Amino acid sequence: MFENIGQILILMWRTFQALPLVVRHKRKVFDQLFEIGNASLLMACVLSLFIGGVLALQTGAALAERGLSSFIGQIVGLSMCKELGPVMMAVFISGRIGSAMAAEIGSMAVYQEIDALKTLNINPVHYLVLPRLVAISIALPILVVFSNLVGWFGGAIVSVYNYKVAISYAAYFNSLRSGVDFLDVANGLIKSLVFAVIIGAVSCHQGLRTVGGPRGIGRSVTKAVVNSIVMILILDYFLTRLLMHLDR
Amino acid sequence: MNSTQRRGVGIQVRGLRKSYDGQLVLRDISFEVAPGEIFVIMGPSGSGKSVLLKHLIGLEKPDAGEILIDNESISSPGLMDRHRIAMVFQSSALLNSLTVGENVGLYLSEHRLKPPAEIEKIVAEKLELVGLAGAQNKLPSELSGGMKKRAALARALVVEPELLLYDEPTSELDPLMAVTVAEEILKLNRRMSVTSVVVTHDRDLAFGIADRIALIHNGSIYSIGTPEEVRNTTHPLFQRFLAADFNLKQSDKS
Repeated sequence: MFENIGQILILMWRTFQALPLVVRHKRKVFDQLFEIGNASLLMACVLSLFIGGVLALQTGAALAERGLSSFIGQIVGLSMCKELGPVMMAVFISGRIGSAMAAEIGSMAVYQEIDALKTLNINPVHYLVLPRLVAISIALPILVVFSNLVGWFGGAIVSVYNYKVAISYAAYFNSLRSGVDFLDVANGLIKSLVFAVIIGAVSCHQGLRTVGGPRGIGRSVTKAVVNSIVMILILDYFLTRLLMHLDR
Repeated sequence: MNSTQRRGVGIQVRGLRKSYDGQLVLRDISFEVAPGEIFVIMGPSGSGKSVLLKHLIGLEKPDAGEILIDNESISSPGLMDRHRIAMVFQSSALLNSLTVGENVGLYLSEHRLKPPAEIEKIVAEKLELVGLAGAQNKLPSELSGGMKKRAALARALVVEPELLLYDEPTSELDPLMAVTVAEEILKLNRRMSVTSVVVTHDRDLAFGIADRIALIHNGSIYSIGTPEEVRNTTHPLFQRFLAADFNLKQSDKS
């Protein structure tokens, strides 16, 4: 496990060192961005709508019983932007995009395409990892912004139309505005950026070390998704602690 | 240096040893290849030919021994920047997400060695040379095995290499195209003195193009010599290997 983490950190460092070359690979970055957006945006919005809705439903009823319905917007707003938006989107993207990255690079490794790149003196980290890591680092925070907006909207619909909560749109959004400021949103975006780097690096690393034909590719995809999710959830705790400390 | 003046590189392999999971695949391999020579490594399947070839281009790291390219270790940093080395893979190893044209021009476009219009022209020339004129916009998945092999050869030719490694260059090719590929290997060697290392079990190809042939079996080089010397080998396995023929009907009758 520690060997894997070490290799992932080395891969991240090499990719970071290659950042000035990103301009040369801008076409590949745009292709990856399109791929991520095209594959994920709609599903991300649907997920977020329902997450926001469930959040309002679960907390709304309990708050209403205690006469605290006016806090519902604040609770949904903060939960979405600081925790659920970044974490749920990261988990979703690791399944949707991380798996695709591991499969594509893994298949290239198995069918000697990466060896062919090396013989052409083309660095696979520059050619394959850099554009993917940059693209996912741009795409995930953008998806989280969408997720927050749609999640807040989902919470609003439930808060207004569910008879147990039944507050007005104005009351919901006033509560949200009073409780959520730019720093709270930025807090979630910082998390999402870290998660994006983790997903990209773990998935590309798994892809690059794939051996053993189609079964090996399957194994790499599974490991990429599972390892990404585990690392996201563990890092989430420490990031939250760190960001709470910085908030003070 | 223009292309007609380019010369090949010399290779020295000393005491190369490699094992996978405790199984010895290469056993103390040593040989030298002179600049501009066509050196063929021939042997039965599973004898370690392809693994040896991967070591020569630095894709595998040996457990022991060293490989020198023009007296410089293959593992020295920047060696691939100083020497143009290319390889034609047995599986072709074309990038499936790129078109044939993009694959062939990949070296030039990624290293920004030529403007796009010139790359297109060079790609068209190389594809025509290997009998794939007009295949630029096809995807590798639309090509047959033999066509992929030729596209891979075109990709290697674009590099204008000083050392060109071929892993079974004529497998999956029909006899006419196999002859064309053999002619191309010879032509490159004569025109630009490219050092060529060819791994094959195609006897016709080996005897047709080789300056010297190394016979390899079970990870050891049994002998190295000119095609004539190799024809006269006394090793029973290689005698059978060189004489093997399809005489199934005759053996049925007898």
